[in-house]
Amino acid sequence: MLEINNLHAGIAGKEILKGINLTVADGEIHAVMGTNGAGKSTLSNVIVGHPAYEVTEGSILFNGQDLLAMSTEERANAGIFMSFQAPTEIPGVSMTNFMRAAVNARRAAQGREALSAGDFLKLMREKRKIVELDAKLTSRSVNEGFSGGEKKRNEIFQMAMLEPSFCILDETDSGLDVDALRIVAEGFNSLRKEDTSAIVITHYQRLLDYLKPDVVHVLIDGRIVKTGGPELAGEIERRGFDWIKEEAGL
Amino acid sequence: MAENAFLREVAEKKYEYGFETKVDTEILEKGLSEDVVRMISRKKGEPEWLLDFRLEAFRFWQTQKQPSWGHLTLPEIDYQAISYYADPTKKSAGEGNREIDPELMKTFDKLGIPLEERLALSGTAVDAVMDSVSVKTTFRERLAEKGIIFCSISEAVKAHPDLVRAHLGSVVPYRDNYFAALNSAVFSDGSFVYIPKGVRCPMELSTYFRINARGTGQFERTLIVCDDDAYVSYLEGCTAPMRDENQLHAAIVEIVVGARGEVKYSTVQNWYPGDSEGKGGVLNLVTKRGLLKGDDSRLSWTQVETGSAITWKYPSCVLQGDRSQAEFYSVAVTNNFQQADTGTKMIHLGRGTKSTIISKGISAGRSQNSYRGLVKVGRKADGARNYSSCDSLLLGSRCGAHTFPYMDVQNDTAVVEHEATTSKISEDQLFYCNQRGIATEDAVGLIVNGYAKDVLNKLPMEFAVEAQKLLNVSLEGAVG
Repeated sequence: MLEINNLHAGIAGKEILKGINLTVADGEIHAVMGTNGAGKSTLSNVIVGHPAYEVTEGSILFNGQDLLAMSTEERANAGIFMSFQAPTEIPGVSMTNFMRAAVNARRAAQGREALSAGDFLKLMREKRKIVELDAKLTSRSVNEGFSGGEKKRNEIFQMAMLEPSFCILDETDSGLDVDALRIVAEGFNSLRKEDTSAIVITHYQRLLDYLKPDVVHVLIDGRIVKTGGPELAGEIERRGFDWIKEEAGL
Repeated sequence: MAENAFLREVAEKKYEYGFETKVDTEILEKGLSEDVVRMISRKKGEPEWLLDFRLEAFRFWQTQKQPSWGHLTLPEIDYQAISYYADPTKKSAGEGNREIDPELMKTFDKLGIPLEERLALSGTAVDAVMDSVSVKTTFRERLAEKGIIFCSISEAVKAHPDLVRAHLGSVVPYRDNYFAALNSAVFSDGSFVYIPKGVRCPMELSTYFRINARGTGQFERTLIVCDDDAYVSYLEGCTAPMRDENQLHAAIVEIVVGARGEVKYSTVQNWYPGDSEGKGGVLNLVTKRGLLKGDDSRLSWTQVETGSAITWKYPSCVLQGDRSQAEFYSVAVTNNFQQADTGTKMIHLGRGTKSTIISKGISAGRSQNSYRGLVKVGRKADGARNYSSCDSLLLGSRCGAHTFPYMDVQNDTAVVEHEATTSKISEDQLFYCNQRGIATEDAVGLIVNGYAKDVLNKLPMEFAVEAQKLLNVSLEGAVG
């Protein structure tokens, strides 16, 4: 599915990722943990194609396609979805219109016809239930006046609408209370298909308790310094990152 | 890099209405003089009083200078290098029997304005004006059954001289401003509407203006009289071929509303804006004003301004009747090298009068977009209220947005409010849309339409859809 080779990237001339190698197979969930400023968000932004980041070396293949040669929207329409850490507000644009544009862009890329207004609204109603998103929110402007928890739920709602094959959850657990975390995580799990894969970026164990990653990576100073099974997340929760730094000789 | 490619793609995109119709056109020799004014009047077979009106206006115009207070760089206009009359209609041998050239019918079809009634948009009557002449007015008979008069102003002068004479120049006198004087001297065609007392016009009335001939100016004149307890909704659309040189369009629209009468006037202005280098385009210098003459009368101006190289236009309201209410809703879009200086004047004279101004400016490219508005409350206008909201949206960093609000309040009981915001489409917003699979061009369209929706919602249905599409087309390539 996703294959990252020797990826070097940065922003404004400053190198942040210093040679990342990471392969996520179909159906796998990989957690990426790490200290602040280690490059976790840079990694997700580079995968989805944020224009501010510059890749200086390396490659990313997505289902065999050269991802770095594709525009942000082409990557999205190929099935890559990012749940944003801090979703942007777009005043004046209703969630309904926004989602309709997104769903139909995806369908167009797949060579399918645009959904009729009726079918689209039906789809909205169905998917809203998964994350228990209030109907009032979908008639408001995109993320405008949403609470932190509502924004995160809204991200998973969008994922439900777009049915991506590869998801990046960028600190989806930050700012969520226990109940909201459960709803979001269970929403994600119920949306997962057998071959859906994901990269989950988090500081904490609790989201991983729900999502049950297959592999856990530790990212420090732009490099993956340790990779292990789900038990690694628990160990980090108990012991912090210092022992890993020492182990890696940092 | 993707952005540059996008910009290039759009710069190369053509103005959809830029074609020229090949049709035999009678064009008056270039130049402006008393003789030309007399010739226009003679061609139209006008009565003496109207010729006198024109000549007075012309003499006044000669004493005036082109105004320079707008936030505009207006090119030098050589008024002797313009032809003031162009007639694209063929006249058959029979007296007054006018045959419409099929090319003209085809042109309006192509513009989406079918002139055959069976093909027309349901519920809309059209007066189609090309260059200086009204080509056809549809549904006249059906409207006449209700006593409604809808025809070209040239015909109205002949068929309803008293009505025209009573109101022409009563709202916009020729002394009003330089371009109003010019229009009053040389105006050619435009529409005339009369809605009698107590009649609710059963369909939308619309005029479609088209400039076709080269080297000509268009000087349309529209007069709408809505009597007591009457109602009409009126739409105006305009396009022009792509030309390297600037074309002058100096129009006047006058509206008179009687007691408890209501007029809604909507414009979608899409004159040729010039190319991406700023070459060519229509100079749109227009005076529009409504007089809310009777008590409890209402008037709303809704405009979507996307075209023209230069727009100088302030659709205004004189709130004379007590408790009269006026509204101005505007979306003005400028891209490339376009310049717009537009807004309104709300003159409160009557007691308990109310006005609302909602203006949305969108600037992109290297364009300049200004809102200029005056709210004036006279001594006798007890309890007058105005609310103004002027928002500017900037796309890119080389354009300009300006707001010039003027207030002149002479009554202590008046309440005048003004709000203004300036915002920019952020990189984050575009990235968020892109990540959801929405291309930048479509994302800008979504955001701009969302921004303008308070105004677009005021347009009649069919027009609102057109206006939305137009916003998307005008702004393509605007992100930078």
